[in-house]
Amino acid sequence: MKNVQKQKRANKSLPFFFRDEFKVCLVIILISIALLITTFTFDIVPPILNRGIQPATFPKALLILIILMSLLIYYLAIKNPWKVKKKLPKSFFLTILSFFIFVVISKTLDFFLAISALSIFVSYYWGEKRIFYLLLVGIIFPVLVFIFFETILGLRFPPGIITNIYYS
Amino acid sequence: MENLLLMMAPLFSSKLLLVLFFGTLFGLILGVLPGLGPTTGGALILPFTMTLDPLSAIVLLTSIYCAGTYGGAITAVLINTPGTPAAAATCLDGYPLAQKGEAGRALGMATVSSTVGGIFSVIILVFFAPILAQLAYEFGQPEYFALAIFGLTMLASIGEGSPIKNLIAGAFGILISTVGKDFMTSIDRFTFGINELTEGIGFIPVVVGLFAMSEMLTQSTLINQVFNRIALKAIKLPSKDDYKKTWKTILRSSGIGSFIGVLPAEGGTVASLIGYSEAKRFSKKPEEFGKGSIEGIAGAEAANNAATGGAMVPTLALGIPGSATTAVILTGLIIHGVRPGPDLFREQPDFLYGIFGAMLIANVLFFIFGFFGAKIFARITLVPNKILWPMIFAVSVCGTYSLNQSIIDVWIMLFFGVLGFFMRRYGFSVVPVIIGLILGELVEGTLRQSLVIFDGNWLMFFTRPIALTFFILSLIALAFPLIRSKKFKK
Repeated sequence: MKNVQKQKRANKSLPFFFRDEFKVCLVIILISIALLITTFTFDIVPPILNRGIQPATFPKALLILIILMSLLIYYLAIKNPWKVKKKLPKSFFLTILSFFIFVVISKTLDFFLAISALSIFVSYYWGEKRIFYLLLVGIIFPVLVFIFFETILGLRFPPGIITNIYYS
Repeated sequence: MENLLLMMAPLFSSKLLLVLFFGTLFGLILGVLPGLGPTTGGALILPFTMTLDPLSAIVLLTSIYCAGTYGGAITAVLINTPGTPAAAATCLDGYPLAQKGEAGRALGMATVSSTVGGIFSVIILVFFAPILAQLAYEFGQPEYFALAIFGLTMLASIGEGSPIKNLIAGAFGILISTVGKDFMTSIDRFTFGINELTEGIGFIPVVVGLFAMSEMLTQSTLINQVFNRIALKAIKLPSKDDYKKTWKTILRSSGIGSFIGVLPAEGGTVASLIGYSEAKRFSKKPEEFGKGSIEGIAGAEAANNAATGGAMVPTLALGIPGSATTAVILTGLIIHGVRPGPDLFREQPDFLYGIFGAMLIANVLFFIFGFFGAKIFARITLVPNKILWPMIFAVSVCGTYSLNQSIIDVWIMLFFGVLGFFMRRYGFSVVPVIIGLILGELVEGTLRQSLVIFDGNWLMFFTRPIALTFFILSLIALAFPLIRSKKFKK
């Protein structure tokens, strides 16, 4: 309990634009405004065909509601600040990086290769240094999953270096 | 009598028995592993269910739900980390009792009370779901709209996260449901010129992303965490003395859990906390709570498992999920082309009573597996995250891809994984997003159709007694967290 209060006090001492509550609410509001603007580009149904409300009305109402509630949580956070979060460790950013690597490899080289690369990368950076286990998560298990999906579920994976060899 | 026979149908089908066996086993494994649990596990297995017929698919998901909810207790007792959020209250007394060298007794009580709670709730389900469905015959579009609003406002009082944050997450979930072609006018909304988005954002990429991928990112921040594991020699059935002490608590918590489960959007976590605190309130020795009270374990475990059957009541009768896992089960029903509601009770009683029967059997099966296999399941916690999560990633990616064979779905899943991580980090529960996504079409559809019926007059909603009742209940649901926080401050 004391720790939570300490974390809250630490957050209070920061300038408002550095506080989590400000940053989070700002991001939500900015995204909501951008989406709200997008709703004005939706096609309008001519009055003769329109039944009830326009297709843009409902999302507009939702976005306005989200903006108002975000302002409300910011207002409440002024009185009762959020506790400061611990900094994210390196392993988190490496895992996020592995997601990006996965997207790039699956788009350019091969879907299966991307899964293998991510599995080995994540397992290694999370602390697994033993070759057998790296092979297990990076090759043996993805092969088993591939075979399961391919043969039992009849799934066809997207073309790529390895999948092309397999299918040919 | 006929319904009872329909309930027993899974016992006479080797395929369903196999599905039940596998589902219960898989559910237990998921429940034991911290960070997984029946919701994430259900989301992971959802794409695979497409190869099954609808009944087998839902039986698989419900058995995972029942067994996974119980499985969380094993980890709660042995490593003081709830395998599922619903087992959080079990840690309070389960772990201290295990530290005293009575892990087997603690797990024995958890197993018995979970089974009793689960079976009690299935009986409630069998009796109340048809009644609720019968009432739903009176519902028109305005009533369904008001009901969906009630379901969404109940998000405000969900256990974790602040009420307003939960409502924002719920509104965001509904917003996601508006992506794609408008169902009434076929006008594109939020598609940004991407063809794949015209069909909307699928449930599975969002569910797998928000639950499995965000959890993977959470685990990436905890890789140096060390668990102190208590050795389990053997699980022990409660003694006569323990039964004497706890039978009232088990029955009370079973009732509480079933009732909390029936409330839309509530679930096992809230049920177990209330079950635990009521057990303490009624106990002759409340001072023992938190130090290894057997009543504390019974109160929490009976309540969280009783919530499983309770949560299935609104899910099946009204199409409003009663908890996070039932939101996944509802997704399973929808993708298998089954629309929950009163018509389901009239047209497919064999399907429904098959599910009820399967839940009953699942509760018996996890008792057997738990009793004889707790020691083995406890060893599963030894699988290191650095091996487990890359494997889960491979299954998640292939499962998500398999549904529409679309790589865009995989990217959507990864996007929601990152989003879900940050949501959880800043206190936004991800459960309301799923519930909002599921209810989104119902909310918008019934609102627009009601406005057509009312010729655009909003006030007409308040002339319908059932709709008005739901609106009043919605206001109470919104006010409840405020009242609760003021009460706590006092």
